[in-house]
Formats: sequence, C-alpha cells, structure tokens
Amino acid sequence: MSAKDNFLKVKHLYNRAGFGISYPDLQKLSRKNIDKVVDGLLKKPKNDDDITLVNNVESKRQLLAQAGLYSKKDLTDEEKKMRQDIVRMQNEVSRDLNIGWVSKMINTDAPLREKMTLFWHGHFACRSNNPYFAQQLNNIQRENGLGSFKTLLVEVSKSPAMLQYLNNQQNRKGRPNENFARELMELFTLGRGNYSEQDIKESARSFTGWQYDKDGTFIFRPNLHDDGTKTFFGKIGNFQGENIIDIILEKPETSQFIARKVYKFFVNDNPNEEHVKELATHFYNSKYDISELIRKMFTSDWFYAPENVGTKIKSPAEFLVGLSREFYVTYNKPQVLIQLQSSLGQYLFNPPNVAGWPGGQSWIDSSSLMLRMRIPSLVLNDGEIDFSGKADPEDEAVIALSRAGTNNANASAKPKSYVNANADWPKFLDTLPKGLTPLELTEFLLQPKLNDKIIKMVSDNKGLRSTSVEITSMPEYQLC
Amino acid sequence: MNRRNFLRNTGFVAAGSLFVPAFMKPLEAMALDELSLYKNLVVVQLSGGNDGLNTVIPFGNDIYYQKRKSIAIQPDQVIKLNDMQGLNPNMAALQEIYDQGWMTIINDVGYPNPDRSHFRSMDIWQTGSDSNQFLSTGWIGRYLDSNCQTCKFPYTAIEVDDSLSLALKGQTKKGIALKDPGALFRNTNDPFFKSMIQNDKEHLDEDNLGYLYKTMIETSSSANYIQNTSKVYQSKATYPNTGFSNQLKTVSKFISSGLKTRVYYVSLSGFDTHVNQTNQQGNLLKQYSEGMAAFLKDLKSNNKLEDTLVITFSEFGRRVEQNASNGTDHGTANNMFVFGGRLQKKGIYNPAPNLGDLDTGDLKYQLDFRQVYGTILDKWLDVNNADILNKKFNTLDFI
Repeated sequence: MSAKDNFLKVKHLYNRAGFGISYPDLQKLSRKNIDKVVDGLLKKPKNDDDITLVNNVESKRQLLAQAGLYSKKDLTDEEKKMRQDIVRMQNEVSRDLNIGWVSKMINTDAPLREKMTLFWHGHFACRSNNPYFAQQLNNIQRENGLGSFKTLLVEVSKSPAMLQYLNNQQNRKGRPNENFARELMELFTLGRGNYSEQDIKESARSFTGWQYDKDGTFIFRPNLHDDGTKTFFGKIGNFQGENIIDIILEKPETSQFIARKVYKFFVNDNPNEEHVKELATHFYNSKYDISELIRKMFTSDWFYAPENVGTKIKSPAEFLVGLSREFYVTYNKPQVLIQLQSSLGQYLFNPPNVAGWPGGQSWIDSSSLMLRMRIPSLVLNDGEIDFSGKADPEDEAVIALSRAGTNNANASAKPKSYVNANADWPKFLDTLPKGLTPLELTEFLLQPKLNDKIIKMVSDNKGLRSTSVEITSMPEYQLC
Repeated sequence: MNRRNFLRNTGFVAAGSLFVPAFMKPLEAMALDELSLYKNLVVVQLSGGNDGLNTVIPFGNDIYYQKRKSIAIQPDQVIKLNDMQGLNPNMAALQEIYDQGWMTIINDVGYPNPDRSHFRSMDIWQTGSDSNQFLSTGWIGRYLDSNCQTCKFPYTAIEVDDSLSLALKGQTKKGIALKDPGALFRNTNDPFFKSMIQNDKEHLDEDNLGYLYKTMIETSSSANYIQNTSKVYQSKATYPNTGFSNQLKTVSKFISSGLKTRVYYVSLSGFDTHVNQTNQQGNLLKQYSEGMAAFLKDLKSNNKLEDTLVITFSEFGRRVEQNASNGTDHGTANNMFVFGGRLQKKGIYNPAPNLGDLDTGDLKYQLDFRQVYGTILDKWLDVNNADILNKKFNTLDFI
C-alpha cells in the first residue's frame, strides 16, 4: 500500500469516526497501520470526561420550588416572578449545556467518543426541559457509547430524562402507560414488525414502578410494580424491566437493527445488506460490545471502498463542528451556534421526536443548503446573518412570557445577529506543510474526488486563506 | 432509490448518447403554458396552541363562564355569529369577511389519542400521521411527491420564512422557503454561486452530490422565476405593519402576479399562553385578523379570491378550564378556519363544542384534521387523498 493510499484512508476514517483531522495529525497517523489507528480512536481517555456544567443542587432547588409553585392555586406577584425566573434560568442553562457539548466536540481529543455520543443522542432521542436530566443522559451516552450496549440500554432506560420523556413515571400497576415499552422495541432495539401489540402490553407491565425520585435518581417502587405473571415473546415469568431487556437482546433482530443504524450513520445512507449482516453477527457474538462492532466496521475493506468515501451528507452538527475544528474558530457570542443548529435543522438536545433526526438527504432543502454555503464566509470572515425566522415550538412559552404584558407582540423574537466568530488563521496556516499549493489544500479539505471544474477554480492561486473559504463554501464540502 | 426509479422520477429518457436528465435542465426551459388554471392553497399555522375557546367564544354556554372565571370574554364584548358562538373582540376585522360569506369555522377538529406536546402535536399536524406514528415527510411534501400535473416544480410549494417546515418536505421533492424573493435572487446570483452551477455537466449522478447540485440548480431557477415573475407587480393594498401581514403581502404578490405555485405556507407564533393570556392572545388575534382581512380583500380586488383557499390551524387547543395564572394549559381539539371566494358551506360548519361532555377536562374532537386535508386534496388540489394520507379520509362539504 502506498503512503498516499494510507493518507486518504486515515483522512476518510477521521471524517467519519470524528470531525475531520488536522494536517500534522494526518501525516503522523498515515505512517501507522490502519488497525492501529482504529485502536487509537477506540482508546478510552484516562480522565473522566463527563459534562458537569449543570449543578444538581441548584437544579434540584429549582425543581422543588417549581413543583411547589405549580401546585399552588393563587400566586402572589412575587411567586409569579419566581416561576418566570425559574423557567428563564432553565432555558439559559439548557442553552449553556448545548453550547458546552458543541464546544466539547470542537475541542475534544477523543473524537470517536463524541461522535458515538452524537450517534446515541439521535438513537435514544429525548427532550427534557430539565437541563440536569439532559446532561445526565448525555453523560450516560458518552460513558457507555463504546461499551456494552446492554449497560447503555439499561442506563438510558433508568435515566430520569427518558423516564419522564416516555412517561414511564406514569406507568403503574393497573394503569399501564405503554409509551416507553413501545419505543423501547420500535425505535431502540428490535425495529417495527418484530414484536406484537401483546408484547408491548406485557413489557409495559414489567416496567411499572421504574421511576425517579426528587433527587433525579432512579428508584424502583415495588408498590407501583405489577408483580403478576407476564408472557413476553412466548416466555412466561414474573418479569421486571431488566428481564425484558435481556429477552430483547437475545433476539438477533436487535443486533441487526443497531448494526444497520450504525452503518447508515458511519458508512452509507443505503446499506449494503451483506455488510450489515457481517456487522450484526459480529456484534451479537461479541455479546453486544459496541467497540467490537465499531472496530469491525472501521477495519473492513469495504469501509474504504470508493462508494463509501466522500458520499455522505454531513449532519449540521458534523458540518459546524468540523468547520470550527478545522479552522480553530472561537465564537465570541456562542449563542449563535444554537441559532445555526436550529436554522440548519439539528438543534441538539431538541430532536424533532423520539425517532430522532431522519438524516441523509432530509438535511438538505433549498434554504438549508443556501445557508450551509454561506456559513463558511460568515464564520471564517465574520459576517451578519438574519435569524428572524419562526421559533422552535418549545420556545413558544418563553416567547409568550417575554411578550406578555409588554403589549409588544410585533417585536421580532429573534433579531439580527452577528456571527461574531474568529478563525485562527495563523494557527491553521501553520499546520500546513511549507509550499502546499491551493490544489493540495483542496484535496486535503474535500472528501469527494475533485472534478475538472474545481481543479480549474483553485488553480488560479488566490492564496490558501481565500482558497479555504471558497472550498468550504462548495456543495462538495457538505459531504464527508 | 434504485437506478430504474431514479430514471423514472427525473424524467430521464434514453434518447441516444447526447442527453441531459430533466433535473439538470433549467426550469425556464420547460413548458409552463400547459398549466393555466391555478387554484391556490394558503396554509396559516398558529404556533404554540391557540386557545380556540377564547377565539370563537361559546358565549351561549354557561359552562364556559363557570370554567373561565377571570379570562372569559363577556357576552357584550363578543362579536356574535349566532346565538351560541361569536368572535373575540380583537377579531373585528374578520366580521366583514364573515358577512361576505368568505369564512367557514369548523369546530372541534382533532385526532384520536391527542398528544399535548407542542413538538409532537405539530409534527402530527404537519405530517398528517396518527398519534403513535412517526413520519419524516409532510402532507404537502407528499403531495409534491405525487407527481401530479401541477406539482413538478420546486416552487409548487412556497413557505414565506427562512427555513422550511416539515409539512413541505417530501421524500423526493421539497418546497422552497423564502422570506424575501429579492434576497434569494441576490444570493443565487452571487458570482461564486453562479460559477458553481454554471455549465455543470458533471454531476449527473443519482448520488448525494447529484442531489446537492440538483437542489442548487432548482433553487437558482426558482429564485429567478419567482423574482422575475413577481418583481413587476405592485400591490395597491395597504396592510398593517406586522411581520405576519408582511408574509401575507408577499403571498398576495406571488398569487396576483400569476406565480404558478399551488401551496403557500405562513405562520404566526406566540400562542402558548399559560400566563396572563388575555392581552397576549388578544394582540395576536388582532394581528391575525387584520392581516387576514387585508389579504383577502387584496385578493378580491385582484380577482384571485375565487381561486384561493386559505386554512388556519394550530397544533392543539387548550384546556376548557383556565389555570391559576390567568392562562390556559395544553388541550386537544380546536377550531379551524377556512377562507375563500368559493366556499360551499359558509359560516359555522358544525355544532359548537360540547362543554358538558369532556374527556378528562378536554374537548372531544368531532372531525379528524385529515378529513379537512383530505377534502382539500380531493376537491381543491385534485389528487386522491388516500395517496397522500396513506388511507382514505371521508371528505367534508365546505368546498
């Protein structure tokens, strides 16, 4: 294998397993065997890398205060203000958490770990207005994202965010709520068509009593649990939640469902069923070890086949993080990252529904594509962007609150905003080898094969900085 | 998509070696004249869950006043439409519209097992799904996908906004979002952008890169078409100076200048009135009504009202009983409005909400919202509603 081939392989690997790669890292890793490079990506960081932005004590205090205020009949003006303040603070902290995670993705030394967290974030899609719960779930997905799928599934199922989002808190003996039980099988494990309505009913009964307490900690409440006999996939027993999860994992359909989804996320929107089967079998035989699944995928020859290189549409998160990482971008007003996510159709921590973001070509419509092509010049050259568009439905209450009584319903909720970002050009240019031509830079920045038009466009030698802005504004840059 | 489907869907005809797939051809080159008779649909979305009971007020029902001690609209303030229901006083601008026979009110529109989350319920309304079904395409998007005679252009559906709602996203076709046709035109005529799409014969593939180029080319063609068709038109009508009215003014400009678009989508947000509802909702209803009245009169004066149907919905109504903060919480069934110059059944379409027969404090729905969509698809957009809504819905007779 030639050095050039390995250079391209590592670049492809890091585009999919991470958010791109710097030139010096690429040069260094290109000298290694690809299996070793994959090992490096899978290595667990030495230090704990949870996000700890949201403080549990403060969030608990707010929860309790809020619960008290909601149960009260007539609120004094002071109490009303307190309630508004709590909602406002929770929204602020939720935004901080979002920006915190995006910054972590931009700056991380463990890119695969963040990429897996992003994958599970979409797989176990969940919304919580409690930022502490949202942070907890995000940390579960990071901590277990490359570990045992069973542990991950159990931890997610026990997380307050998910218990709340899928109404397991209301799932009680004699009054089952089937929301969680249904999504557990339809979206998290087996996929549609691999279970019956009866299985859902029996599974819901088994998860009765799975709740969280006022500290935001999982608690099993035996008095709310239906301890009768259940029949689940032909098995009979006095099942609890864990038993249900075990039975679901015994079914190979679960490994196939997860393998196909992983394949679509990392390899190609149109799965090659042979390859998916290979991955699923390996995953199942490894007892659902996610690292094994990932290793198998990234060390397979087909992963580096031309049809799988430079052919996937970047998600908005991949696009924004990749661009920011590549050019060492600082956001002086990081809130703009939220507006960009929302305008591009992937507002993290706010998936459209429990099925997550559909992905692939659905990221692209005329307006999102136009915006994507404008963002590099705005971010890298600092510009202005108009965000007066419609609000996120979950923000409606906040907008209504902020306008209530002001008699100012005409005011635009989202004014013009300056992107106000700086790329560190000296640092970026310094990473490039001396004498690198604009054409070589283009080959480095773009994943799809270059065509004559692009070669012609960059050959007029505008300098590396202008070339960079131009390249990242191209449709080709939307692919990885 | 396999190759065969791709070829069929893009009108790719193998006619020798020198061919260009239809999607690479600028739209301008296509024959547009076959499309003469245009019926327009305008969808107005009220985001946040508008309180329908304080919009169309059941002033003839005592239960309304019992449940809403501090926020009920008193009978002497209601704009009475019959002896049971009337409009919120902030909707005075619509009285004339109603009296002209240009407005139909449909009570209690909803769906089985209603969801009270904004996001989920909005998804359900925009996709036309059941409440336990997750669709990634919108009902208008699937109409675009249906390849009907008049829905082959990306500007067949326009959302007057910066970003495109799920309602307008289909599997293979999507609507176009634009707030200002001039701005989009300038962006797509930027020298860099133009250089990207000019003389591009290399991206003839059905892959993702081909899709990106196809979207770019369509956006550019649409921007040119919309700008060139609409720029000469000058509206003489005056609209209130609000964001919502500006959206409607843009729609009117497009319709009146003869744009061959069939569906327009606009939205007004801020209806999530949990606290101190009266002023907040009043302001919004005033904006809504004044904007709509100006819009409908503008269309009338341009002889376009006959060809236009406007519907208004919100993702849910609110609970019958008010909360402790002079507001209302998320509820279920809600009223919808239909406007146009050719309504078959004018005024109030069906009985007022039965406030004495609630489902744990919420209104029961009388009509499924997909019956309303189905009626429009069948009778206005001339497609079979089962093809778009995945099952057949009985139609209504408001048109």
